[in-house]
Amino acid sequence: MMNHAAASGAAAAQAAAAPYLVVNNVEVIYDHVILVLKGVSLEVPKGGIVALLGANGAGKSTTLKTISNLLRAERGDVTKGSVEFRGERVDQLTPNELVRRGVIQVMEGRHCFAHLTIEENLLTGAYTRNISRRELAADLERVYHYFPRLKERRKSQAGYTSGGEQQMCAIGRALMARPQLILLDEPSMGLAPQIVEEIFEIVQDLNTKEQVSFLLAEQNTMVALRYAQFGYILENGRVVMEGTAEALRENEDVKEFYLGLSGEGRKSFRDVKHYRRRKRWLA
Amino acid sequence: MTFFFEVLIAGLLSGMLYALVALGFVLIFKASGVFNFAQGAMVYFAALTFVGVGEKLLLWLGWAPGSFASFLGSLLVTLAAMVVLAILIERFMLRGLVNQPLITLFMATIGLTFFIDGLAQLVWGSNVRGLDIGIADEPVIWLLDSANMLVSKFDLTAAAIAAILVALLSLFFQYTKTGRALRAVADDHQAALSIGVPLERIWVIVWVAAGVVALVAGLIWGARNGVQYALSFTALKALPVLILGGFTSIPGAIVGGLIIGASEKLAEVYLGPYVGGGIDSWFPYIMALAFLLIRPEGLFGEKHIDRV
Repeated sequence: MMNHAAASGAAAAQAAAAPYLVVNNVEVIYDHVILVLKGVSLEVPKGGIVALLGANGAGKSTTLKTISNLLRAERGDVTKGSVEFRGERVDQLTPNELVRRGVIQVMEGRHCFAHLTIEENLLTGAYTRNISRRELAADLERVYHYFPRLKERRKSQAGYTSGGEQQMCAIGRALMARPQLILLDEPSMGLAPQIVEEIFEIVQDLNTKEQVSFLLAEQNTMVALRYAQFGYILENGRVVMEGTAEALRENEDVKEFYLGLSGEGRKSFRDVKHYRRRKRWLA
Repeated sequence: MTFFFEVLIAGLLSGMLYALVALGFVLIFKASGVFNFAQGAMVYFAALTFVGVGEKLLLWLGWAPGSFASFLGSLLVTLAAMVVLAILIERFMLRGLVNQPLITLFMATIGLTFFIDGLAQLVWGSNVRGLDIGIADEPVIWLLDSANMLVSKFDLTAAAIAAILVALLSLFFQYTKTGRALRAVADDHQAALSIGVPLERIWVIVWVAAGVVALVAGLIWGARNGVQYALSFTALKALPVLILGGFTSIPGAIVGGLIIGASEKLAEVYLGPYVGGGIDSWFPYIMALAFLLIRPEGLFGEKHIDRV
């Protein structure tokens, strides 16, 4: 186990320069008329945590669904651009084929199987893998190791667990597929700050110990930029800014628009000049 | 008292057959949240195909109907037909309706009902036929001797077959990987899709399972009442069973079936004379209505889990 981890660690260093997930100038249209993404390009390096930031309706979820190909089930169409994972075009694959290649999405709003127990939820996550009972049990233990709370509630129906537990269940379920890249959509939604912190700590743990890469869509810019190494800011279906997490945290505009801070620290909305609040990077 | 038990047992046994039909509905409802109106038509289709193939076997190979070879041959061909039907339904109906409102799917199954009925009659003709599956409808001797009760051997065998089928399906749903995936799809299509469960394959499996149940139900009902268009509607007897037992529960379908079967026979015998008989055709629906007021999700139905 240790050897394996060390080996893949070395491979990670080697592959760091090579592109891992590459989204290239993607345009998405819903229902044949609504243009949602207007040419989004981004990259996730192997072993990285990349944050995709932006307000409601900016196109974060759509970007993730474009990559995981859940879009087609929602009447969305990729009309331009390409998605590549480890050098292979993946935009025409079904979600099933993508999961088998190691890309899995944890959907916004958890989406646990409400009538299945937590443990059954996790087991379903291994659907795409043909493994023995013993391997399955070992993988289950591995998930419980990261989410001890889930072990306590393993026999409860997922629908009756708390929001935080459901989010953990959703991430744990994805882990059961042994993914290399998890597309994590709004993990902080509707959760208490303490739970959000707990979940992000686990994400970071998974990233360092299991070499799982993350593409993270978040509205909670502050937290996301603390755990990610790189960030993209989306607005109206376009990437309007990108940079290392540190650079974005220090950027004046980001501070004002997304972190609610400005040079003088926090200030009241009454003092904010109107025209400045209306400013958009790409009008 | 012997008479009471005779009626009760006859009721329970026929209830088992209702349960069998109800089971087909439960399977599809569990996996796709749709009330499959076409289940009755599938029962008719299966029974008619079975009889039709039997006739052809007699014509071409000289296998007598009722013989083991003929039974097995017809069974296999009909099974294959049900599988093909399931694949076609998935390919041409369900796939195009992914993510549509449930009412759209429901309407589609109503259309499917008429299509399957028509298809069956087009291929095999619409005249009423008998169906022989080799079990005589005569009283069980030892029960007659020991307790002086008349219990039909046919009903008893049919109930046993239904019970075995139900047990197998319950185990399948509860303990296999595919069964778990089926329940997962029933809960949340999108989430199932997101973790790589191929919905197309799941739907084919469910419709094949419902087809097999329809085949067994078709054989038993057909052998009892003859293979005729009315078979398509006996399936509607499953409706009160489902309301009683819950749409999503396999044990619910059984218990519901038993309660409906027993109560309609008892009501017919003991209450019937006061109102001029014929109770058993509407009594189950009255029970279902009453039940809807008291416990709308049924005895064993899944409660809708709502977190706020």
